[in-house]
Amino acid sequence: MTSPLQQKLKITGPVVVTANRLGDGAVVYRTRDGNWSTRLDEAAVASTAPTATEILAAAVADDISAVGAYVAPVRIGADGQPEPGNLRESIRNAGPTVRYGGPTVAPAITIGI
Amino acid sequence: MPLIKNGRVIADRYVNVLDERALPEGVPVLVPAARFLADAAEILQRDAPVGVIWPNNRKVAELAPYLERLAVVALVFPSFKDGRAYSQARLLRERYGYHGELRATGQILRDQFLFLVRAGFDVLDVAKASDVDAFASALKRYTVFYQTAPEGRTAAARLRLAANTPLSRVGEIA
Amino acid sequence: MYLYDEFDRTLVAERVTEFRDQVGRRISGELTEEEFKPLRLMNGVYLQLHAYMLRIAIPYGTLSSRQLRMLAHVGRRYDRNYGHFTTRQNIQFNWIKLESLPDAMADLASAGLHGMQTSGNCVRNITTDQWSGVAPDEIEDPRIWAELLRQHTTMHPEFTFLPRKFKIAVTAATHDRAAVKVHDIGLHLHRNGAGETGFEVLVGGGLGRTPFIAKSIRPFLPKRDILSYVEAVLRVYNQFARRDNLYKSRIKILVHDLGAEAFAREVEAEWQHIKDGPLALDPAVVAEIAARFRYPDYAHLDDNPPELSRFRQADRRFDAWLGNAVANHKVPGYAIVTLSLKPEGGPPGDATSDQMDAIADLADRYSFGEIRVGHEQNLVFPHVAQRDLPELWRALDAVGVATPNVGLVSDIIACPGLDYCSLANARAIPVAQELTRRFRDLDLARDLGRLHINISGCINACGHHHVGHIGILGVEKNGEEFYQITLGGRADERAELGALLGPAVPYGKVADVVEEVVAAYLELRERPNETFVETVKRLGVEPFKERVYATH
Repeated sequence: MTSPLQQKLKITGPVVVTANRLGDGAVVYRTRDGNWSTRLDEAAVASTAPTATEILAAAVADDISAVGAYVAPVRIGADGQPEPGNLRESIRNAGPTVRYGGPTVAPAITIGI
Repeated sequence: MPLIKNGRVIADRYVNVLDERALPEGVPVLVPAARFLADAAEILQRDAPVGVIWPNNRKVAELAPYLERLAVVALVFPSFKDGRAYSQARLLRERYGYHGELRATGQILRDQFLFLVRAGFDVLDVAKASDVDAFASALKRYTVFYQTAPEGRTAAARLRLAANTPLSRVGEIA
Repeated sequence: MYLYDEFDRTLVAERVTEFRDQVGRRISGELTEEEFKPLRLMNGVYLQLHAYMLRIAIPYGTLSSRQLRMLAHVGRRYDRNYGHFTTRQNIQFNWIKLESLPDAMADLASAGLHGMQTSGNCVRNITTDQWSGVAPDEIEDPRIWAELLRQHTTMHPEFTFLPRKFKIAVTAATHDRAAVKVHDIGLHLHRNGAGETGFEVLVGGGLGRTPFIAKSIRPFLPKRDILSYVEAVLRVYNQFARRDNLYKSRIKILVHDLGAEAFAREVEAEWQHIKDGPLALDPAVVAEIAARFRYPDYAHLDDNPPELSRFRQADRRFDAWLGNAVANHKVPGYAIVTLSLKPEGGPPGDATSDQMDAIADLADRYSFGEIRVGHEQNLVFPHVAQRDLPELWRALDAVGVATPNVGLVSDIIACPGLDYCSLANARAIPVAQELTRRFRDLDLARDLGRLHINISGCINACGHHHVGHIGILGVEKNGEEFYQITLGGRADERAELGALLGPAVPYGKVADVVEEVVAAYLELRERPNETFVETVKRLGVEPFKERVYATH
């Protein structure tokens, strides 16, 4: 498996670096100050490959905090905040699109048929 | 990298001769398979012990004719996930009756120690010095094993393995 | 059910201790993720989209009520109050924390449960017929052999770092409910012409990127030889399969590349050396394992007790359930009951912790404390007295597991898909949910007859879509979810891969297309009891294709 760092990053739009927190597996985003946050609006957004690579390298080296870091696309919303850039990232951000755990639990988002 | 034998770190007396230079006199050597096979008769005439580094993608049957005269066979784990050398080890011990030193080299971590010992390796060339201290405890992680032994064919049918006795030495040889 | 002894319990306890140490070393940074990942996988710990996932082994799909209660407890204490039963008779919890795992595993170990070898490049859970031990058409209980193989392949020093995962399934009935032909090794216990019982050994089946039906490499193997023969297969595989390419590392590729005959010769050559060695099974060893499978003290009862016929006439819903979810048992007066985990609108194969507790209680009362998990993601009570069926049905209905759709169109097999799984390209669960809504009419479902829909969210095919009567595979096209549909697959003794219906359809259209396929079947079938898959076999995919793609 090629390390994400060895693959030459090509980005076509704004991106963030995301991973799963080591202790509990929660989805986290690399922040501007080199930490991890569960909130996408606290993520460092990169728009060039060199910047993204730099953030990614630091993230990957920090595998004591978070695991499996990679670069994920975002869209910039009307409020200037990053939003998930594809379905997979939407689901990672908001949770499964389906109910679970019984009839009393509602989904976080609904992408309906 | 430290060598572990019987739970203790030992000095490696062997010189790895990985290129084409002449074998140093009077010194135990480890020779790669291709070189050994090309020159086996001559190499085995040396005074000092001879060992072979055998790659994990080559059948150990090729080495069988020489086993009686080899002091060491070193098998290779290019990655600890590549388990081909476990089969090679068992074949060497159990099919070909090899009794010399069987050395595990490459990327081997403490989590493989028990498997390595049970597969017949008696010397481990450990990847991480920090794993050396863990050797004794790694071997004690499990006291029970499912795989059967010849004497265990009755109701118990299981082998209770002493801490660092390889599978092969407890009568597994077919 | 198999009774653990001190030996089994010790092994599991030692495993927990080892894993606690490994987790500690990971959290402290002593182990990198690259070093830790194979170790956690060997205990069934995956990292998925939202969280870690724990896959717990349910050997050959057999659970005691005590074990089911422990699963309910794990769901409550360490997860979000539910679990998901898989196509390999295991259970998955989707929200477990790494830091909680050692404790969760210690709890599981106290009930003889573990996640050993439910992932990683080793021999996985050995699956079998969920009706083992009670099916009228079986010649003996295949679980004894599954247990022997389970023990032999657990922490086997030679086969713990295989090229890739290795899946074995065993069946002992004329009708294969274990899908042995799509496993790495499939074992079919049968009687030969001389009346001896032995195994047909099939190798190299599998789904995924390159699906294959397994090849028979040994028509008859005496039971005594099963461990040594499997050892020979594994040894050939371990040494000679490719390790350079993840997609070419399964044994099915090796068998395909060498050819079945050449592969068989390699196995036989290796086997000749070991067949009379320590792995030759002593009848006493087999007897000892067999003795630890306890069967209930069945009462002497008659078939079709009067309370049953009375109730059937009185209650139409009970009658529908009886005709669908209850199967014949080899012991007179008893029945095999399937609990449907496919309610309308529900995620297929899920059960809440509350449901698990209720089911455990009912198992104690009606099934001698035993539950089975089927690869179709439903549960089974294997030992129900027929006279108890009306009461049991009412109770199951209250728990929500009595939908009479077993084997019917709304009994859908689906993987977790993009809602959970980091490998997925598309979602599977909501597609299944919508289909159960479209086909909520049980009269229609009964009229359609046996119809297996299988949905996979990616090419890894955990939903077994290749062998679905209707197979649905999620793919990604330009950032959107699309689905390829295949028809005519089968997973049983007549195993076959489905044929592509046509171009992939978008998420919003899948349910419509399936409805059209079903409508086409109703028009095309020769007679009402020609099943969907028989109609496809007779006519091929063309007439369905015409119908579906003509209108789009």
